[in-house]
Amino acid sequence: MAEVWIPPQMQDITGGLERVQVPGATVRQLVNNIDQQFPGLKALLYDDEEDDIMPGLAVIVDGEASQLGLLERVAETSEVHFLPAIGGG
Amino acid sequence: MTLDYKPNLVLSTQEFNVVGTRPVRPDGADKVTGKARYSADITLPGLLQGKVLRSPHAHARIKKLDVSRAAAYPGVRAVVTGYDFQEPAGRASDLTEGAMVNYKFLSNNVMAKDKALYKGHAIAAVAAANAHAAEQALNLIDVEYEVLPPVLHAKEAMQDDSALVHERLAAMSTAAIRAGGILDDDDPRRGTNIANHFEFRLGDLEQGFNDADIIVENETSTVAVHQGYIEPHSGTAMWHEDGALTVWSSSQGHFTVRDYTARLMGVPVSSVKAIPMEIGGGFGAKLTMYCEPVAAALARKSGAPVKVTMNRTEVFEATGPTSGTEITVKLGATKDGRLTAAECHLVFEAGAFPGSPVPGGAQCITGAYDIPNAYIEGYDIVVNRPKTAAYRAPGSPAAAFCFETAMDELAEKLGLDPIDLRLLNSSREGTRRATGPLMPKVGFIEVLEAAKAHPHYTAPKDGKARGRGVASGFWGNNTGPSAAVATVTPDGCVNLAEGSPDIGGTRASVSQQLAEVLGIPIEDVHPQIMDTDSIGFTSNTGGSGVTFKTGIAAYTAAHDIRQQMIERAAKIWDVDVADVTYEDGVVQHKSDTELRLTFKQLAARQVPTGGPIVGSAGVNPPGAGPAIATHIVDVEVDVDTGKVEVVRYTALQDAGKAIHPSYVEGQIQGGVVQGIGWALNEEYFVNDAGQMMNSSFLDYRMPVSLDLPMIDTVVVEVANPNHPYGVRGVGEVCIVPPMAAIANAIYDAIGVRLTSLPMNPGAVLEALWEKNGADK
Repeated sequence: MAEVWIPPQMQDITGGLERVQVPGATVRQLVNNIDQQFPGLKALLYDDEEDDIMPGLAVIVDGEASQLGLLERVAETSEVHFLPAIGGG
Repeated sequence: MTLDYKPNLVLSTQEFNVVGTRPVRPDGADKVTGKARYSADITLPGLLQGKVLRSPHAHARIKKLDVSRAAAYPGVRAVVTGYDFQEPAGRASDLTEGAMVNYKFLSNNVMAKDKALYKGHAIAAVAAANAHAAEQALNLIDVEYEVLPPVLHAKEAMQDDSALVHERLAAMSTAAIRAGGILDDDDPRRGTNIANHFEFRLGDLEQGFNDADIIVENETSTVAVHQGYIEPHSGTAMWHEDGALTVWSSSQGHFTVRDYTARLMGVPVSSVKAIPMEIGGGFGAKLTMYCEPVAAALARKSGAPVKVTMNRTEVFEATGPTSGTEITVKLGATKDGRLTAAECHLVFEAGAFPGSPVPGGAQCITGAYDIPNAYIEGYDIVVNRPKTAAYRAPGSPAAAFCFETAMDELAEKLGLDPIDLRLLNSSREGTRRATGPLMPKVGFIEVLEAAKAHPHYTAPKDGKARGRGVASGFWGNNTGPSAAVATVTPDGCVNLAEGSPDIGGTRASVSQQLAEVLGIPIEDVHPQIMDTDSIGFTSNTGGSGVTFKTGIAAYTAAHDIRQQMIERAAKIWDVDVADVTYEDGVVQHKSDTELRLTFKQLAARQVPTGGPIVGSAGVNPPGAGPAIATHIVDVEVDVDTGKVEVVRYTALQDAGKAIHPSYVEGQIQGGVVQGIGWALNEEYFVNDAGQMMNSSFLDYRMPVSLDLPMIDTVVVEVANPNHPYGVRGVGEVCIVPPMAAIANAIYDAIGVRLTSLPMNPGAVLEALWEKNGADK
């Protein structure tokens, strides 16, 4: 299962867990499944109006910022982070 | 000074035919002969001139706004206020490549409604037959202000009893670091000036400091500085009879201009065409907009085209400088120099609306290093100053000023060479970053080794009060969607249509990638930047992303052409496509050497063999690849006046692959010069009422060529595996190290550590007096 790193601001929902193993082959599946384990997380990660990752968040899969967001595929060994997106100059 | 080496080195690892060469830029001749058209060069039949009335107060409630006398002034055709703009809901939207916008705040920044939130905030605008009439009419607008106490500094704004910039601003303390929201009407909580607070944690911070033999703590502050582009903002708008709107402006992204203007005018994006003009500098500040919607509102009301152009004072007072910051860093290390822990607190002023570059500062501050235990927190604070805008590597320069001066102190206390300390702790592929993810392939070690081997590093420091400093910097680089359409002409050239405004020579660097694939001379590629109706969506020219993302679009479009050329030749020769190859601009049969056509020969036969050959691509490539730089600087300090002179400067940077080395060097040199200005001279000098007192280039001192030595560059090439030629963005990380490098050099020269910017003569003298215990 992919390993999702929980942002510190959301670790109150995971009972302090910093990383959790989540089943799923895409980021969308991870976001849906993680909410099963820790209800409330999806609402912080997912923008239901836009059907997209929450504005201002970047999804990092295996060290690279994803350009596909929810559609990005993840492997069993993948590591997934949700970080503030950074705009350039 | 006699050089004992070849300056401006490129340490190439891969050679190509066109990529890596230095052709003349396609837009160069028009720019140096005055033929290129910039934003304010637009003229149209019946064009009106728009002027903006701006708040004289940093914080004031608008109790009454009466424009009737202005509207009646001879020659005036329209007057608009904040109520002529849509005010979308206060929620954030993504704009690709990391950019984000809250349209409510954008609308309120373009023109105030109930409150003026900074000196220079637009209150109303007038369109008239000429600029003089428009300016006269501005004097006839009656505004009654209730002047409120301004909140000018982050630390003051963070106090519980501080006056509020926005009475209903909500803190958005989640991992989604969005521009802050607005409390619901029935929410009993008090508003806040703390738009956001976030944290990153890695490992066990307490244990990390327990494992340390030595701890260094540093606290720095910086004030707002401006990007200082030569071309002021300008926008021209014209409505058509069918309700369509055309906008002309220079920007770092005309698709953003289209989208923003459409939203604020309340029309679909498909009815707005944004035409990109040449751009006279942006450095991040032209990722947003100010004039275009004002021109559009005036044009709609007057029924005539309107142009709104800022003067320099307006640019300083009403567009985004970078943030003022307060940053602390605590580092722990073993006695042999291994970093064991880092604790960083970053407070950034966002200006009047949420959205400072503190996420960038927080994610870059430890980015260059392998630190097992870390804690980083960031605060985004609203104050009564102009809304900040991006400036090269947003957030990272101020962060590096604190972190890299702490590293210098650590090296000194450990008795280590400062480059050796960095080598010992440098990030490399697979390093766990303090923010969590693993580091992709990066050339920090190669850059540091090149710095240590550079003759500058060991050159004698001749002269009195001379010092040498080094510092490094990190920036993640960005990417995003991009499009390219390449059309083969009958005479064998290629017209390349793209959507990335060319702010730093990217017409050349993108064309070179297309020419490389096709094996044709770069002179045969004719790039054009298309309007928003004529090319697919292309994200902003920002984040050092264009040569990467639009380069990949052009590369892909070129391969599309190659394949079509192969198919046309196979058709002409009546052979199997699999038996035809394309190499160095020649299509030929694999076994029959007589079957051979050059690119130009095939181009001439394209129509009868199947119609025009057009290659196209729409891409959104991942993996921009991080950028790393290390700078070496020598300064001489005049201990009588406090003046610091930069006498030698060498900037080393991993470019992945320098597609056009001259423009890579130019980006590095430009970034360094801006960094030197930031370090030594530049500041928004703001009085207690929040008014900028130096809003002209006469008083806002930016360095000019006479102030500077030749900025020597070393381009290190550690290929980015996610780009076909190895490109990494180059335009941003070059501004990250200068402030820290110069501070470290000043310490080496006179033995005092300066922790606030700018390090101007007054600050240097104060520090010397304090050190020497002398009377002032």
